[in-house]
Amino acid sequence: MILNILIWTAIGIGLFFNTLGVVGILRFPDVYTRLHADTKATTFGSIFTSLAVILYAAAHYFKTQDGQYATLALHAIIAVVVLAITNATAAHAIARAAHRRGHKPVQAVCDRLEEHNQP
Amino acid sequence: MSPWIFTASIMAALMLLAMVRMVKGPTSADRLVALDSINTLVVASMIVLAAAFRQVVFVDVAIVYALLSYVGALFIAKYLGGEL
Amino acid sequence: MLSFVVTALFSGAVYLLLTAGSGSILRFWSSQELLIAAIVAVVVGFAARGYFTRARQSAVLNPVRWLRAIGYALGPFFLEMAKANIDVACRVITGRIRPGIVRVKSGMKTDFGTLMLANSITLTPGTLTVGIDEETNDLYVHMINVSAGIESRESLEASELFGLFDCPARIRRIAE
Repeated sequence: MILNILIWTAIGIGLFFNTLGVVGILRFPDVYTRLHADTKATTFGSIFTSLAVILYAAAHYFKTQDGQYATLALHAIIAVVVLAITNATAAHAIARAAHRRGHKPVQAVCDRLEEHNQP
Repeated sequence: MSPWIFTASIMAALMLLAMVRMVKGPTSADRLVALDSINTLVVASMIVLAAAFRQVVFVDVAIVYALLSYVGALFIAKYLGGEL
Repeated sequence: MLSFVVTALFSGAVYLLLTAGSGSILRFWSSQELLIAAIVAVVVGFAARGYFTRARQSAVLNPVRWLRAIGYALGPFFLEMAKANIDVACRVITGRIRPGIVRVKSGMKTDFGTLMLANSITLTPGTLTVGIDEETNDLYVHMINVSAGIESRESLEASELFGLFDCPARIRRIAE
């Protein structure tokens, strides 16, 4: 019962942030702000939906002592760590590529990188 | 309805929404951002489906997919930045 | 020789982590998996020793630092990330943004420390690393909401970007 409440809470938080991330991609005006919505919200939401899976697998492992649930929880943890690291690095690469391509940040109040490249 | 199938179907709908941005653009960097978020959603829903069908293999596929999509995104970013 | 041992041990550990739960030796592994882990470790150690240890940072091998890294990821980093997400969620709903790219002094001496700081900045409040100055290790950071007064300053300290904890000092204790 408590397990079900925890799982549904984690799923709710995860889906809420995933939805906001995708809505942010559709709503924001330029590449950089869209990347903000994409990396932060989608990564955080995916961590929480995976946390629901980890909770479920860990609880079933302690109930049944079945090894496949332990494997499921462990591999889900590895997947989450991989996801967090690769998402941040990929966002960095996309932002750098967009800036090298000459996309200006819309409504920007200052752009130090542009001043650095063309003194 | 099991929570896992529910979560996975909502995330499939979100992938379709992100695909709107991928089709609309306007620049190729925007399309890459949409592709990156779709990749994240695919990995998350694979983990959820692994719990739904009790198949640990799905999570292994998710790990490999995350690493390969990361390499793909890096390559497209290098290409867009004119370094390839 | 040392780089071969480090690479082989690391790849073997990753293989054992991925195959945990296959048998009953040491509670988790079967004998076949242990044998294959040893073969994989030797092959990968020979193939990748030149790339994997290229940075030559022996500080990363210290187990106390691994524990600190895990503590950092679960504690301060996670709380900062939650705060960042609530912030971004508000901005998605209201649409109030004031973006700009600022220069941030990283204060890191090694590549690994700069990488960890850049990733932490990307996943925490309203900031996204766009570029890096290779000579001074300074970062160029896109902020979704530039506070009044910051846009006229030449550069910021890294600790000003984090609201709740002094994350750069913790990263320095992990990575260098």
